[in-house]
Amino acid sequence: MADARSDILARIREALQVKAPKPHFKSEETQGQPVKVGKQWLPDGGETTEASLVILAEQLAKLKAVLIRVPDEAAAGVAVADLARAKAWKQVAYHGASLVRPVAAALPCPSWEADASFEKQKLEGCDAAITSCEAIVAQLGSILVSSASSGGRALSILPHVHVVVARVDQVLPDLATAIAQMEAKHGAQMPSMLSFITGPSRTGDIERILVLGAHGPKELYLVLVG
Amino acid sequence: MSDAKQIFIKDATLNAADGDQRAFIRKALGGYYVNRDLQKARYRDWERARDAASLAKWTAVNDLANQLEKFTANFERNGGVVHWARDAAEARAIILKIAADANAKAIVKSKCMTSEEIHLNDALEKAGYGVVESDLGEFIQQLRGEAPYHFVFPCMHVKREAISELFTKHLGTAPTDSPEELTMIARRHLRQLYVDADIGITGANFLVAETGQISITENEGNARLTAALPRIHIALSGIEKVVSRLDDLAVLLPMLATAGAGQPMTCYNTLYAGPRKPGECDGPEQFHLVLLDNARTRLLADPEQRDALHCIRCGACLNVCPIFKNIGGLAYGTTYQGPIGSVITPHLRGLKQWNHLSGASSLCGACTDACPVRIDLHHHLLHNRRNAMKQSPSLFDRAFHAGFGFVMKRPTLFALGGKVFRATLPLLKKLPLPYMSAWLKTRDLPAAPAKSFREQWKDHSHG
Repeated sequence: MADARSDILARIREALQVKAPKPHFKSEETQGQPVKVGKQWLPDGGETTEASLVILAEQLAKLKAVLIRVPDEAAAGVAVADLARAKAWKQVAYHGASLVRPVAAALPCPSWEADASFEKQKLEGCDAAITSCEAIVAQLGSILVSSASSGGRALSILPHVHVVVARVDQVLPDLATAIAQMEAKHGAQMPSMLSFITGPSRTGDIERILVLGAHGPKELYLVLVG
Repeated sequence: MSDAKQIFIKDATLNAADGDQRAFIRKALGGYYVNRDLQKARYRDWERARDAASLAKWTAVNDLANQLEKFTANFERNGGVVHWARDAAEARAIILKIAADANAKAIVKSKCMTSEEIHLNDALEKAGYGVVESDLGEFIQQLRGEAPYHFVFPCMHVKREAISELFTKHLGTAPTDSPEELTMIARRHLRQLYVDADIGITGANFLVAETGQISITENEGNARLTAALPRIHIALSGIEKVVSRLDDLAVLLPMLATAGAGQPMTCYNTLYAGPRKPGECDGPEQFHLVLLDNARTRLLADPEQRDALHCIRCGACLNVCPIFKNIGGLAYGTTYQGPIGSVITPHLRGLKQWNHLSGASSLCGACTDACPVRIDLHHHLLHNRRNAMKQSPSLFDRAFHAGFGFVMKRPTLFALGGKVFRATLPLLKKLPLPYMSAWLKTRDLPAAPAKSFREQWKDHSHG
């Protein structure tokens, strides 16, 4: 008996001997690459940086994520320290990125560089995580983190609060642009995880009523520097 | 009549008579309609975006063998291991072997309909593993010992009081009527389980051929945790989930969220390329992907219905289906409920046993209109009806069609038949004819006209 792989591939090739008609589309334009033609029909992400920032702020508000705009890195440290005091965080884990380290140093509570010496049980006990990100998608209010830019896979998902520190120039108009940037940056060597985070964790599983903080962070803050 | 059909008719009749439950489902879906329309309004052209989404899936499915070869080569280059399974039994055996080789004990799962399709939990539990579903809806259904009601909203039919009782019974928590508090109970209960599990099992929404990444869509963060903390990650996916390019997802991910849940994007859309890489601080040591055929190639071989493999499992067709809303998801008796389930189940499990689902449709076309990848759902229900008739017509069907053909070819006989029918129509209500009596119990028959259409036409032409 042939192995399963050859069997299945042979079944597929045989099935595809008979061609299926190409779907009839509304316009001729749809004959090219899906995203090249589809991008212009998806939600607007803004033509200029200013327009993108307006859309981003609207999207984040609808998602119940909190946007904090600060002029510089020192102000980012102050904003996050205020947050730590207001929420009485006792232990914070952070990603050792150049944008994040000074913010962690300004915290009024103990903090731990999680990606330097990762321990999952210790991370489970942290109140909040601070990470950087790869990019921000204005169109959808999504924050793109990766196992490279956010201190691994667990840091941005296990603690109850996730704080992202980013620069304004990381804001991109739409998902297609963010994906193109990832392809250009990483090529064939993608990080083992890339995650588009769109608002705090949520569920509607009980009577379709929205509840935040199902398993991932209940609160999501985006501190935008610049 | 097949067993599946008998059970379906019994359950569907019972559920359709349950006005309270129907009202509850309608209310639960009310918010979805509002949010979906708000999100669709943000698209600059939703209909053309559907064209692009449909094109992305059409391109990959019609080149499936090459796309899968490309995908698997890239997946393995990233350090993952691909396993091929012709059917459910092979898929279960592969996963059991990975678990045994790893000397695993505890398994945490995130939502994966393909695993429901192959009854994976039963097999793992029989082999002695502890398996916990981590998606809130799936967790509740697992405790209830019930299959998912809807493949996106697994426990949408369960009222909060019942969930509270369930948690009190199984987890020993105090009763509450707050969905928020109930969600937090599950959150607290599951956190340590992620940390302790040896294996995390997930599904996959898309397999990206050009990069070898798998894409997982979710809202709760449970799949992220399942793929982050255990030392082994196993993903199970149907072979049809492949797309050729990463940027196809720039169209598909937002549309999946909008069509399925009325969101701009689901909360977490995550791409995985292999296990933990050098220089990364966490992540699994092994990453396995099980690619499942399980009769998908049979559906692929039908060019007329091949587009049913474009399905991205958003659930939009269920949410708008009058049949689903009235009979509920459990009555279908299938892994995939609603219109898409009615179309594909006869291919996956046999047309003879499951064709009755094709009849459970008003052919209103709401499903086809709702589908973000333009699957011609309601016509496929008709195609299944036709195929079933061709494959194994019943004695009644054969006699009826022969008689119909005989009469239609003879105008005089047709006119005579019409006359007899008009004269005897009032009697029909009184006769206990099968099918007719149930229908007439709640409906009136209009009075028969005195003359046939042809007679009336003749009169008018002369006048």
